[in-house]
Amino acid sequence: MRDLPSAISHRPSAIAGRVWKYGDGVNTDVIFPGKYTYTLRDPAEIAAHALEDLDPAFAAQAQPGDIVVAGRNWGNGSSREQAVTCLKYRGIAAVVAKSFARIYYRNGINQGLLLIACPEVVEAAQTGDVIEIDPAGSLIRLDGRGYPFPPLSPTALSIIAAGGLVPHLRRKLGLTSTAVVEIGDC
Amino acid sequence: MGHTFAEKALARAAGLPGAAAGQVVDARPDIVLSHDNTAAIARIFRSIGLERVVIPDRMAITLDHAVPAPNARHAQNHAEVRAFVREQGVRNFFEVGRGICHQVLSEEALVLPGQLILGADSHTTHFGWLGAFGAGVGRTEVAALWATGELWLRVPESMKIVVVGELGTGVTAKDLCLHVIGQLGADGGLYQSVEFAGPAIERLSLESRMVIPNMMAEFGAKNAYLPPDGAVFQYLSERRARKLPVSNSKSQISDHTSAISNLALYPDPDAAYAAVHTFDASTIELTVSCPHAVDATQPLSAVRGTRVHQAFIGTCTNGRLEDIAAAAEIVKGRKVAPGTRLLIVPASSEVYAEAIRCGYAQTLLEAGAVFGTPGCGPCMGNHMGVPAPGEVCLSSANRNFKGRMGQPEAEIYLASPAVVAASAVRGAIADPREIVGA
Repeated sequence: MRDLPSAISHRPSAIAGRVWKYGDGVNTDVIFPGKYTYTLRDPAEIAAHALEDLDPAFAAQAQPGDIVVAGRNWGNGSSREQAVTCLKYRGIAAVVAKSFARIYYRNGINQGLLLIACPEVVEAAQTGDVIEIDPAGSLIRLDGRGYPFPPLSPTALSIIAAGGLVPHLRRKLGLTSTAVVEIGDC
Repeated sequence: MGHTFAEKALARAAGLPGAAAGQVVDARPDIVLSHDNTAAIARIFRSIGLERVVIPDRMAITLDHAVPAPNARHAQNHAEVRAFVREQGVRNFFEVGRGICHQVLSEEALVLPGQLILGADSHTTHFGWLGAFGAGVGRTEVAALWATGELWLRVPESMKIVVVGELGTGVTAKDLCLHVIGQLGADGGLYQSVEFAGPAIERLSLESRMVIPNMMAEFGAKNAYLPPDGAVFQYLSERRARKLPVSNSKSQISDHTSAISNLALYPDPDAAYAAVHTFDASTIELTVSCPHAVDATQPLSAVRGTRVHQAFIGTCTNGRLEDIAAAAEIVKGRKVAPGTRLLIVPASSEVYAEAIRCGYAQTLLEAGAVFGTPGCGPCMGNHMGVPAPGEVCLSSANRNFKGRMGQPEAEIYLASPAVVAASAVRGAIADPREIVGA
C-alpha cells in the first residue's frame, strides 16, 4: 500500500484523535450553513465555519487530528460537498457515526475524508475521549476495548489516500493534469 | 444465512462470489445514465486529464430535463451534450422529446433484471421495477465511471416491505408509496435496499410497479426492488425483439424471455433484513403529500376542497399511459374548472403516441387540458408550468420541496394522477370516485 497517505501508511494502526461527540440526525445545514455555499472558496474560510450552527466551540477549539463521533444519519439533507470539505480542511482525521446519509457518505470518501460506520463505539465514546482507528485492521480502540467495523475496500482506502476521487483517478491512470475541477450548475 | 437482492446484485456487478451488507465493492454497472447534466459531467471528465470515455456502449444519455430548450443557456447546454455524444460515439442517445430517462431506458429495454445501473439522477432507483439495482450517484462519480467503467459501492442493508391484501377502488401504487413514506418518514429507508414483496405488489400492472421504486428515492433508499415475474420478462423480450432486423417470431421472443428470466435475482427466504414492515393494502386510503415535504401526508379526506390553480400529470413517477387513461376517464364529458389549468406531460414519445391512438389525448384536450413535450416538464421548475406566487399546484410528481417547481411562494401537493384529474375538474382537491361515480 505504498500510496497511502502519511496518516495511514506511516501509522497504519494508529490514527489517534480526540473525540467531538454529537447526536442523531445532524444535517448538512448545521455542518456547513447554506448561506456560505456559493460565496466561500478559500479552504481556511470554509474550515472556519465548520459545525457553526451545531457547536460554536468546535470551530474555535478543534485541533488537527481530532475525530468527530456522531449518531444516526450524519449529514442528511443537501448534497453540498462543503459539508465534507469543511471538516477535511479543519484537519479532522475521521468521522465515526452510527450511520451516514447516503450522499454524504459518498462525498466523504470521494473528497478524501475517512468515514466509518461503527454504532458500538459511538455509544461508548464521549467528548474528550481519545479513540484510535486502525483502518487496515478495521478496528477502533477505546479504553482498552476493540470495536470492529466493516473493512473499507482497497479502492475506497486508496481514494481517501489520494485525497479524493479526481486525484485518485489521475494517479490510477497515470495522468498529470492539474486542471481545477469545475462542477457546473446546468 | 441467505442473501438479499442487494447482496446478490452487487456481488454479481463486482464479479465476486458473494457480498455482505456493509462491504464495499468495486462494481461495474451495465448502464451509466446521464441527461442534461452530461455537459457539466464532461467538464469534470476532462479535468481528470482524459479525452476518451472507456465505456461508450454502456452509456445512455437523454435530453429530458428542459426540453425543447426554453432559453439560450439551455440551448447551449444541449448543443454541448450533442457534441460530446458525437465525439465519444455514444449510441444510446435520446433526443429532445423522446422522453424522461427512466421511462425511455425502460422502453428501450436497455436495463435487464439483476443488472446494475448507476445514474447522475436521484430517481435512478426507478429500475427496481425490472428487478435491477438502480442507484443515483454524484456527477464526479459519473465522470469516474466514464474514465474507468467501475465505481466503489457499499452493499446496503436491506428492508423488506410486504404488502398484503388488495388496494381499494381508486387507490393506486402512488397512494401506497405516499402512505409508506408518511408512516415511516422520509429517512425511513435511509441507505437501504428497499425490497418489496407480497400479493398486492404481484397484482400491480407493470406501469403501476414503476411508481414504487421511483418514489423510494423520497424514502432515503439507495435502491428499491420488486421481484420480476413473467410479465416483466415478456415486456423486455418483446422490446428487445423489436430492435432485431429479422421478424420477431414468437419463438424468438420466447428465447429472449427465457434468457432474460435467467438473469433475474431473488432474495433468499432466509436473507437478513434490517427491518420487515407489513402493510395491508386494503386499509390504505387515497393519500396526499402536503407542502413542503413528501412525508407530510394526509388522507385525501383531510385536504379535500383545497383550491387548486394548476393540476399537473406527468414525470417519471406518474406520466405513463395508464395515468393519462385514468385522467381521460375522469374528465370525459366534463371540463377543467374555470380558474384551474390541467397540464399533461407524457413521460415519453411512445406514451404520447399511444395516448393519441387510444383517444385519451382527444378527450383530455376537449376537456381543456394542455399537453407539453414529453420530458420532465415543470417538475423541477425549469420551464413549462412554473406556478405563480400564492398558487397551489397539485402534482403527480415525486417531490414537493419548497421552490421545487421554481416558485418558493407556491405550494405543491402530491397525489395520484386520478386525484389530480378529479381536482382539475372540481378546481379543488377532490376524490375521483365522487366524480366518476356521480
